Amino acid sequence: MMPVKLSLSALKATRWYEYVIRFVLGGAATVLAGGIAKSFGPSVGGLFLALPAIFCASATLIESHERSAKEKAGMSGDRRGQQAAALDAAGAGLGSVGLTAFAAVFSMTVTTSVALAFIAALFIWAAISVAAFWIRRKLRIVHRHRHASFRGRAGHTHGRLVS
Amino acid sequence: MSEYIIRFVAGGLIVSAFAILSDVLRPKSFAGLLGAAPSVALATLGIAVVQHGAGYAAAESWTMIYGAVALACYSVVVCQLLMRYRFKALPATIVSFVVWLAVAFGLLAGLRAAT
Repeated sequence: MMPVKLSLSALKATRWYEYVIRFVLGGAATVLAGGIAKSFGPSVGGLFLALPAIFCASATLIESHERSAKEKAGMSGDRRGQQAAALDAAGAGLGSVGLTAFAAVFSMTVTTSVALAFIAALFIWAAISVAAFWIRRKLRIVHRHRHASFRGRAGHTHGRLVS
Repeated sequence: MSEYIIRFVAGGLIVSAFAILSDVLRPKSFAGLLGAAPSVALATLGIAVVQHGAGYAAAESWTMIYGAVALACYSVVVCQLLMRYRFKALPATIVSFVVWLAVAFGLLAGLRAAT
């Protein structure tokens, strides 16, 4: 499995207003979720706890960063930008499995202990999300090996970003 | 009014913290997991527990499950629009929001009717 790394240099690539955009969108989504719960009840409000609020901002930033990095190297970065944003979306898809588990665990434990509910739900979210990522990688590796041995050329990735 | 300010600041801070963590993590598909981080949920549920009690927060988090399923569908559609139909990120994420709304409210209505 490819190791997970921290790249602090990525923080330099993010401009100050990009942090502001995410802060404002996150705050607005939280106000919206609270307002909807107040107006229409907790059942409808609960849906908005999994709102892809800052996803459009994140995906757009990833796309533009990847595109400009490619363009600095003198190449067209449009496709690479789309691929990077798609990878981010694929990751969010896997993370939503963990988010489902977060909601289920919180709902079942919050009436027993509030602190325990938050801790248990966060732990389950992280564990399920990482497990989903790991399983996907394993399945992709097996699929790629089968595909490569079938076509007789290993390591064929069509020049795409490999997750 | 102060309640909304608290919500805004708490939500903004938690969302920003997860976003920064997502920026520094590699590979990108792993960092993408944080696109489905429970950031809005943490702020909202924390305030819900204090304001309305644990029962209210339990009801809210139960229907969050439908929202999370809708988020999974949304992510798949965004991915397809970007890779297959070559949309730009902004239009892909905005257009796909219709899918999130349809799945979330469809599940809520369907499961309410079933019970």
